[in-house]
Amino acid sequence: MKLHEYQSKQIFTRYGIPIPRGRLATTAVEAKQIAEELACRVVIKSQVLVGGRGKAGGVRLAKSPKEAEELATAILGMEIKGLPVRKVLVDEAVTINKEIYLGITNDRAALRPVMMASSSGGVEIEEVAKNSPEKIIKVYIDPMLGFCDYQARDLASGIDLPKNHWRAFGNIAHSLWQAFTQCDATLAEINPLVISGDNHLLALDGKIVIDDNALPRHPDLADMRDLDVEAPAEIEARKYDLSYIKLDGHIGCMVNGAGLAMATMDIIKYFGGSPANFLDIGGGAGAEKVAAALRIILSDSNVKAILINIFGGITRCDEVARGILSALAEVKPNVPMVVRLVGMNAEEGRRLLSDAHMLTAETLVEAAQKAVAAAKGEAQ
Amino acid sequence: MSILINKNTRLLVQGITGHEGLFHTQQMADYNTNVVAGVSLGHGGEWVLGDKIPVFDSVKVAREVTGANVSVIFVPARNASDAMYEAADAGIPLIVCITERIPVFDMMRVREYLDQKKVRLVGPNCPGLITAGESKVGIIPGNITMPGNVGVVSRSGTLTYEVLYALKKVGMGTSTCIGIGGDPIIGTNFIDVLEMFEADPHTDKVVMIGEIGGNDEEMAAEYIANTMTKPVVGFIAGQTAPAGKRMGHAGAIIEGGSGSAAEKIKAFEAAGIRVAHHPEEIPELLN
Repeated sequence: MKLHEYQSKQIFTRYGIPIPRGRLATTAVEAKQIAEELACRVVIKSQVLVGGRGKAGGVRLAKSPKEAEELATAILGMEIKGLPVRKVLVDEAVTINKEIYLGITNDRAALRPVMMASSSGGVEIEEVAKNSPEKIIKVYIDPMLGFCDYQARDLASGIDLPKNHWRAFGNIAHSLWQAFTQCDATLAEINPLVISGDNHLLALDGKIVIDDNALPRHPDLADMRDLDVEAPAEIEARKYDLSYIKLDGHIGCMVNGAGLAMATMDIIKYFGGSPANFLDIGGGAGAEKVAAALRIILSDSNVKAILINIFGGITRCDEVARGILSALAEVKPNVPMVVRLVGMNAEEGRRLLSDAHMLTAETLVEAAQKAVAAAKGEAQ
Repeated sequence: MSILINKNTRLLVQGITGHEGLFHTQQMADYNTNVVAGVSLGHGGEWVLGDKIPVFDSVKVAREVTGANVSVIFVPARNASDAMYEAADAGIPLIVCITERIPVFDMMRVREYLDQKKVRLVGPNCPGLITAGESKVGIIPGNITMPGNVGVVSRSGTLTYEVLYALKKVGMGTSTCIGIGGDPIIGTNFIDVLEMFEADPHTDKVVMIGEIGGNDEEMAAEYIANTMTKPVVGFIAGQTAPAGKRMGHAGAIIEGGSGSAAEKIKAFEAAGIRVAHHPEEIPELLN
């Protein structure tokens, strides 16, 4: 789960990482008041969960409270990469002497977290990694031991940080590590970490991503979820513990298991169709879940046909069939449906569906071909 | 013959009295797996499956009494790390963790600890293993495969069943099938399993099923090209997956432009691995 800049900065503050003075505004009048309180030039920063806010005109400098109000009015009405801007952060404008990058993420291959620093701050770290990888200094952190003082020194010297900043840098690095582990983050980055005109280190911008699997033990962080950025169908899916991702194709998919769900999408494409979604109903899915899944698929008006592919290992195919029937009773789909049931209680499942006017298939290939043809409106 | 589990496997089930644990204990016992003990906190002294399997409060005691040498874990995510530490400290050499949704930092700590103790972990977030006709540890259905000479290794669950089923339909059986798990941090990776298959006299061919995320497949491709003598057929799920979205499995995500299916397929093909377009094409590529 991605956090907004303002939420990430709240966490930074909690762990003692210095940030510029500032506050969140949801209206232009509020933005003006904050600018008056700060009594200095301010930066109006749109709070949306996508990169490239600056380039899109979503980060602007205001020299007066009046200008802050005008810019906030403009930014609060914007859409950035399809996401509406509903909040702006009003921060004091800081004079910048130098921009640094400091971040922690997990390195899958190394099986441990890695803290990275770079003297090229303010640009995306992926860009730096591509164009000048030698500018990124990395230290790998033993998950049993934690972050060590010497590692902070290695980073500071690696990016040629002036020695008078080493102590403050070390404190920030330790705090970031604390925030990373205690919040169960998979990414915690300060970009840029700046040396200000008055020679202090400040976290000017930040990004934290929380491990979804850890949210049950962090209810305070789970509450930070921004529902604005998710498609309504994805929110609905989460309620039923379904894993759903909307795509832009025409064949709705309902599958049990993530790997098989991906393989089903892929085979649709292989036979010339396009998947409308990824949907994993999980193991042992009962009738209620299946009904919810079908409603969610049908809420997408692009869907021209539906492919249901169930491999009953633990999931019982007759349960799935009952779910389909109960969903059909409440939502009347006007698109053709192809069903393939294999494995546990598959025959009973097929028998239950035999009167439901569905296309059936034995193999995955046959199922995909039928769904592709059905989506194109070809008769079977 | 096989890898990791066989007729001599003496299995312990952690979380044996839970809904999933009990159901799959029955399934494993029905497959003639030698389930010798269960552990379930507060249920020590009870018996399950018609008084056939004793339940203990601790793994250490269960191991001492029954000589269990493999443990399979069905406990909920919040208790799963503790269950793995307990099994490792009790001296169980092979742990299979079925549990999903374990936080990734917890898994990095578990993996570090188990590596130091030289304990092998399979999973988490995996369907476990099956050595056809001998033993099954986990949740892979027993009736979709039969004994044979194909080794199967996969990051997925039901997709693996689909492949086993497709093989069985044309009369191809498996030596061992192992689901290594869909999480970013897992105990046993592709290369570990490929090394075991390469050394196993009863495995002649290997099917490797990867998916988007990470670079385990690329590393495995390099190993296959440089070291492996047995033929390998591959499949990668997620060619239509968008970047930046987690496709169900915690580890299935294209990040920072890497981990895509196209890259993995390219690495497979460069290593001389035949790559199937879809799961049902795998049997003919094995011929």
